[in-house]
Amino acid sequence: MAYDYEKSIRPGKLPHIWCPGCGHGIVMKGLIRAMDTCGLDRKNTAIVSGIGCASRLPGYLDACTLHTAHGRAAAFATGVKMAKPEMTVICCGGDGDGTAIGGNHFIHACRRNIDMTYVLMNNFIYGMTGGQFSPCTPTGAKASTTPYGNPDPIFDISKLAIGSGATFVARTTAAHPREIDRLIVQGIQHKGMAVIEVLDDCPTTYGRRNKFRSVVDMMKHLKANAVPIKAAAKMTAEQLEGKFLTGVLFQDTEKPEYCEMYAEVIKKAQGA
Amino acid sequence: MAKKVALLQGNEACAMGAVYAGAKFFGGYPITPSTEVAEVLSKELPKVGGKFIQMEDEIGAMASVIGASLTGAKSITATSGPGVSLKQELIGYACIAEVPCVIINVMRGGPSTGMPTGPGQSDVMQAMWGTHGDHAAIALVPNSCQEIFSETVRAFNLAEKYRMPVQVLFDEIVGHMRERIVFPEPGELEVIDREAPTEGPDTYKPYDATKGQVPPLASFGSGYKFHVTGLNKADDGFPTTKASLVDAEERRQIAKVMDNVADIESNEEYLTEDAEVIIWAYGSTSRSARYAVNELRSQGIKAGLFRPITLWPFPAKRTAQLAVQCKAIVVSEMNLGQMIYEVERVAKGNCVVAGEFRVDGEPINPGQIMKKVKEVI
Ligand SMILES: Cc1ncc(C[n+]2csc(CCOP(=O)(O)OP(=O)(O)O)c2C)c(N)n1
Ligand code: SF4
Ligand SMILES: [Mg+2]
Repeated sequence: MAYDYEKSIRPGKLPHIWCPGCGHGIVMKGLIRAMDTCGLDRKNTAIVSGIGCASRLPGYLDACTLHTAHGRAAAFATGVKMAKPEMTVICCGGDGDGTAIGGNHFIHACRRNIDMTYVLMNNFIYGMTGGQFSPCTPTGAKASTTPYGNPDPIFDISKLAIGSGATFVARTTAAHPREIDRLIVQGIQHKGMAVIEVLDDCPTTYGRRNKFRSVVDMMKHLKANAVPIKAAAKMTAEQLEGKFLTGVLFQDTEKPEYCEMYAEVIKKAQGA
Repeated sequence: MAKKVALLQGNEACAMGAVYAGAKFFGGYPITPSTEVAEVLSKELPKVGGKFIQMEDEIGAMASVIGASLTGAKSITATSGPGVSLKQELIGYACIAEVPCVIINVMRGGPSTGMPTGPGQSDVMQAMWGTHGDHAAIALVPNSCQEIFSETVRAFNLAEKYRMPVQVLFDEIVGHMRERIVFPEPGELEVIDREAPTEGPDTYKPYDATKGQVPPLASFGSGYKFHVTGLNKADDGFPTTKASLVDAEERRQIAKVMDNVADIESNEEYLTEDAEVIIWAYGSTSRSARYAVNELRSQGIKAGLFRPITLWPFPAKRTAQLAVQCKAIVVSEMNLGQMIYEVERVAKGNCVVAGEFRVDGEPINPGQIMKKVKEVI
């Protein structure tokens, strides 16, 4: 039987704005399945995003949804979670939103280890504004503002999250749809800051400029270069050149979660 | 029972006013001369089960405040010039998404880093026009520690009642000055809580104008699922570009303030009845102005003081009346002339409008104001 996505979608809000072949829709379906698997009560679930194509995702989902300003999702979400820790908080957005303009909020949410799940859709580009390079556009790639090839080095989002103190960090791709929900489920169930980086595609502003003639080409590229972390352990540095590791890259269950730490502050202030 | 009294700094009074109003969330970033507001709230909020967070910057602080407010918590941030500049985009977000919150701006000299420990009143136009796009603004300008306490309470009331950001601006002088404060008993000052929706979650629309100019805001996590966005939106909260809907929403959001000026406005007048010259001043400057009025009166000059406590919306009606009644208005402010533009606009040439300004980090003194008054009459 086909999966019933419709019960999670807000009535009347489809069709979505995404282009045919855009990877963000695959991520949304994964998120819906993950929320179902976790049995989340959507009345008590806040889905918070910034601005960008990826950040349009919350509007389609039937929950408490907060479409904020460019880059600010993690900071808004921090306020929601602090003020109402009993809510499940999920952030979603793009690579530009989360790591350029919102990079500061992103790393500090990781550092605090506040209990939220951040689904970061990395399509290597600023899709919404027409394909300018992002901190994740590969060096040398073509973007509308790198006509001679991108001179900038990239951010490795997962490494950034681990280095900043997130306690669950995982990566997969839009070419691995089943792994998307599996990892988001683990992220939601993890107490603390969980970052799930999903490498996806923007055929409209990235693919066509970078020799991926079709969405299929892009998906093949994601599939061919994804190396599960376990398999990577047996590979040489040379073999890993240009590949990206997938699966659960890091988990720490010891570091205290931020709202629990603050609950201790309240206890102390109240003289308990 | 004797009332509780204390010798408090303006900034401390502000924090205590927030607690009195029922604040449950503070998100901020340290900046002189506002930091004591954060320091006191970091201590006081957890005592009442509230939350304090020091964010990574002022943008994050403003974002956290809006997020917290959407869960129903009365929320506040405090900063100064450079921080207010950073908050501007999200102040606009709180305007369009109609999320109640209070922003404290302890004004220092500027632009840029300016004079961190010196007083200023140069953010008063920014309080109205700082964020992009058409919007209404409410800004309050108390001039004493006691009034900072009560105006902070009123700021929360107005934020919750009109579902919008409210700014409280006081200059560094009032922020750091210590005065005797009498703590109001619970119930002595009005405390307005957010109106909850009357209809159930299935039919709730967060921007339904048929529910009044200020449609009730449900809280996240209270059984209501709804969407909040900074895009222009229809009554259900979802983005729209339909001209008639965009226009109606924009106008409603301004009308909810401008149609209720009588409720929001608050002014103090001193000896204005027979005044030939009126000093128009706010914040610490108004204290020098009051001294100047007394001195001038003793010298036989019929001077009076008009002091706005609500700076925005601008007290247009009363200022216009005074312009007809008197020979001259002297606007005195610690900037190079900002509110004077509004005064000139509404005076419509009915009286002389002159300015007495200062931006050297020193307070405006009564002698300076008196000299100006004598020049214009
Ligand atoms: C303050 C601000 N600066 C710039 C923009 C313009 N802008 C909107 S979306 C976007 C890029 C989004 O890229 P990304 O987050 O990677 O999402 P994608 O569209 O690729 O899914 C930019 C630069 C904005 N909306 N706000
Ligand atoms: S522009 Fe790119 S990211 Fe945006 S919807 Fe189209 S394909 Fe997706
Ligand atoms: Mg992108």
